[in-house]
Amino acid sequence: LYLSSKSNMAFTLYSLIQAVILCVNAVAVLHEERFLSKIGWGVDQSIGGFGDEPGIKVQLMNLVRSVRTVMRVPLIAVNSVCIVLLLLFG
Amino acid sequence: MCCAVLAVCIPHSTDQNVVSSSSCVIDPKLRMRNTSKDGTDPSQLFDDTSAAPGVEPAGFPGQGVGAMGYPGQTLLSDPVSNLAMAYGSSLASQGKDLVDKNLDRFLPISKLKYYFAVDTVYVGKKLGLLVFPYMHQNWEVSYQQDTPVAPRFDINAPDLYIPAMGFITYILVSGLALGTQNRFTPEILGMQASSALVWLIMEVLAVLLSLYLVTVNTDLTTIDLVAFSGYKYVGMIVGVVAGLLFGRTGYYLTLLWCCISIFIFMIRTLRLKLLSEAAAQGVLIHGARNQLRMYLTMSIAAAQPIFMYWLTYHLVG
Repeated sequence: LYLSSKSNMAFTLYSLIQAVILCVNAVAVLHEERFLSKIGWGVDQSIGGFGDEPGIKVQLMNLVRSVRTVMRVPLIAVNSVCIVLLLLFG
Repeated sequence: MCCAVLAVCIPHSTDQNVVSSSSCVIDPKLRMRNTSKDGTDPSQLFDDTSAAPGVEPAGFPGQGVGAMGYPGQTLLSDPVSNLAMAYGSSLASQGKDLVDKNLDRFLPISKLKYYFAVDTVYVGKKLGLLVFPYMHQNWEVSYQQDTPVAPRFDINAPDLYIPAMGFITYILVSGLALGTQNRFTPEILGMQASSALVWLIMEVLAVLLSLYLVTVNTDLTTIDLVAFSGYKYVGMIVGVVAGLLFGRTGYYLTLLWCCISIFIFMIRTLRLKLLSEAAAQGVLIHGARNQLRMYLTMSIAAAQPIFMYWLTYHLVG
């Protein structure tokens, strides 16, 4: 039986693109005041000390905030294209 | 530029020396373009193997003299054909400049050229270093007026030639290995290639993300990270070839040796780039930041053997 590999083979560039789109969508749907502030990841809580440099948590919060700001509009286009392609070609 | 050529050539259209005069007008432009290309930049990346500049201008007068040897049939077409040639070459050079300028915006071609400026001695030494990094003492990258020296002059500089060739060789060797087990079809070559590429991209993205999170001030570029991630293909190829020659035990032993070598190589190279000055010398500096950076270096280096095993264990039956 030709097991085209083992578990790691099924990776193609297309599956990578799909995974990236899903991850970015997941980050984009995190709501600022309903969710992030409740768990202490809000924008107002990221202005930490002006000491050395920000820790990992602050960097993560900044990353989430920038992804949400930057990717909001392009995600609309990318998701629409994805939906149309999946409807047409399955 | 083409208008100037036309304007100069048209008043002399009936002159018999039109060919030589148009060639004299064209020649300085061509010669100028040539010499500015292999000019005297101090950090010359590649050896200048272009022919002597005297060859090309000599072609035009020679052609003009030859054309005047057959005045009957070619005199009428020669000025026109030379005109067309001049116009075409100027158009082509304009198009080339446009394409170069626009392409440079998306793909940093000039930066990529630096990573391929290698020679045989460098490649040989680097391959030896990847498999046996224990005797090498000085891992610093040397600089020349703020820019890193080209890889052919400094063995510690990262390059993209070995990773690229290693990637292609890995795909071919995996095809060979699968062929010896009667599992080969032409499609799996493409699947192996895209799968290895996907793992490479994911690894580089993970390293970039962790470098961002730990706020390391480093001069490591993305291409540097791709180069470092590509060095493990050398160990993988050696392991798979040993597995083909000597069976599973040979594969495991060689892979173990190559894994340890890549681990040491990555730690020694990344230590100088990621850690602060003092910590790189080996002095133990306590502090959360330095500890985090040390963990980061360790995990990047430890990911290499994991990937090496993950990408090759299915090839050796």
